[in-house]
Amino acid sequence: MTAIPKPNSYRTGPDAQGHFGKYGGRYVAETLMPLILELERAYLAARADPAFQAELDGYLAHYVGRPSPLYFAERLTAHLGGAKIYFKRDELNHTGAHKINNCMGQILLALRMGKTRIIAETGAGQHGVATATVAARFGLPCIVYMGEVDIERQKPNVFRMKLLGAEVRSVTSGSRTLKDAMNEALRDWVTNVHDTYYIIGTAAGPHPYPMLVRDFQAVIGNEAKQQMMEREGRLPDSVVACIGGGSNAIGLFHPFLDDPSVQIVGVEASGHGLDSGMHAASLTAGSPGVLHGNRTYLLQDDDGQITEAHSISAGLDYPGIGPEHAWLKDTGRVEYVSATDQDALEAFQLCARLEGILPALEPSHALAHVIRAAPKLPADHIMLMNLCGRGDKDVFTIGEALGAKL
Amino acid sequence: MSRIQARFAKLKAEGRSGLAPFITACDPDLETSARILNGLPAAGADLIELGMPFTDPMAEGPSIQVSYLRALKAGATMKKTLDLVRGFRARDNETPITLMGYFNPIHHMGCEAFCKAAAEAGVDGLIVVDLPAGEDGELRVPANRCGIDLIRLAAPTTDDRRLPTVVEGASGFLYYVSITGITGAATPDFGEVETQVARIRKGTGLPIVVGFGIKTPEHAKAVARFADAAAVGSALVSEVGAAKSGDEAVARVHGLVSRLAEGMRSAR
Repeated sequence: MTAIPKPNSYRTGPDAQGHFGKYGGRYVAETLMPLILELERAYLAARADPAFQAELDGYLAHYVGRPSPLYFAERLTAHLGGAKIYFKRDELNHTGAHKINNCMGQILLALRMGKTRIIAETGAGQHGVATATVAARFGLPCIVYMGEVDIERQKPNVFRMKLLGAEVRSVTSGSRTLKDAMNEALRDWVTNVHDTYYIIGTAAGPHPYPMLVRDFQAVIGNEAKQQMMEREGRLPDSVVACIGGGSNAIGLFHPFLDDPSVQIVGVEASGHGLDSGMHAASLTAGSPGVLHGNRTYLLQDDDGQITEAHSISAGLDYPGIGPEHAWLKDTGRVEYVSATDQDALEAFQLCARLEGILPALEPSHALAHVIRAAPKLPADHIMLMNLCGRGDKDVFTIGEALGAKL
Repeated sequence: MSRIQARFAKLKAEGRSGLAPFITACDPDLETSARILNGLPAAGADLIELGMPFTDPMAEGPSIQVSYLRALKAGATMKKTLDLVRGFRARDNETPITLMGYFNPIHHMGCEAFCKAAAEAGVDGLIVVDLPAGEDGELRVPANRCGIDLIRLAAPTTDDRRLPTVVEGASGFLYYVSITGITGAATPDFGEVETQVARIRKGTGLPIVVGFGIKTPEHAKAVARFADAAAVGSALVSEVGAAKSGDEAVARVHGLVSRLAEGMRSAR
């Protein structure tokens, strides 16, 4: 990789065409082009409208339960014997993950645009649950596309979506996971353009989605920064988050990008190991390509066909990555590392016993990095990790992996 | 004059609309798809669209999705797709071939390298579904340099605000997507399509090919009254899927192409 020049700021992207460096863009069928241009106009107008932000802030405070706490993980810190570890507790949000921050923003935008039907894709089901939740709250019909494989491994969330009144459509094409659910949601959107709003769950897809999802998730990093100043009187030395499509990570990272003292680490899922061919580490082991509306790092073969990702965590099981992360990797501002299924399972168990918190399998990957890195760091190193989801949805998967009968 | 220009000039001289069948390269296998491709002109094809298989075809309905997967399972690669074109060109130097597919396999090969190889094989045009106007410069420039047209698409959602961007720099022909939807799904309202095509003609002098949702000789006949050509894809690849042998696949596809061509010739 040839080094690219360091920008004056890492927080100005994307450009007017939706590019972060050479990544991002709008690679969609012509049928959708006028729609995403309209979406961009509507979003920029909403973002500039104080009434929109005030309405969103109100729902975030009184419905989602923000701000989420900044928690000092005292026993984990003592156990690891190194850096001082804080969790940003986004798993305490309504619906149990960071996903609702984005869904709340997007449904208010959909209402503002006069759309009457909501669609979404989901992997782990957290984004599906969050979308079904806001659709119920605002009285709009909701269809969630979910891969057949994910439906099987995330049964509790499937039932939650149904209880919330959403229709869950099983996707049986391709690898029957998140990427195929996204294909199917795009096919629905292209068919129902006149009344449908597509709530994309991660900071990927065609412009303006990577930008608007990031903006809605940046509440995580903005709160954490302020909370850390109040608690410690200074910024953290490092921030850590797991990466599937990358929405919780970009939400945490973005407010810290121009703080050079803060080391930033994204943790991808390396499944059975990077050499096994069964992983989801598109930044670490993939190459640039075009999928789902944006240019980014992808898992692909020698002929440009998309290969299947693998992770024990359905939320990280995606062969692409948000385009801003692709750019942050190339600029070197963010370091991207990985953790295996086994690393995540061990981190999950340690967190459960030491902190009384069941993290979702997704942030268990971030935690695996914390467990690796913290012991080598001094006690005055402050490490902040986004605990972006709770693990209740994963108990069946974890039970199976540990050989326990439920 | 390019093969595409020459073909539309000939159709105009004959006072008829052309048939543009779509088949997928290497579906159901390399050898059978070569036989299907090579026999298309005799069956009544005026232009040919050859699908480049892709794992994640987000604008395709089930028929073409399954067709792409059959082809990939049979070992389809970009090299084999171009080999098919080369084999066809050795027999037929007049019928235009447009490759149709998604950007990633082209991007992976490199736009320059791909365009050179495609031109050398005898490709005339490219339809890249997920590379809309505004984003397609990196392929359009090398394609045009190699004498290949990058075909732009217009859809029912392409309003008058967007249309000038779509036709700016377009060449070869314009592909009108007749429905808001995926390939092979709903049957379009042909009266509405005619109105839309008339609207788009005000913005461009290029020939207009209408596709998506055209399945039967009756549909093709309806489109032939106002379009310069009709593209049929899902219905043809479904014939491949329904066949129990290579011979049957060849016979079924050529049979439907003949019936579609007959329908169109009776239109004007």
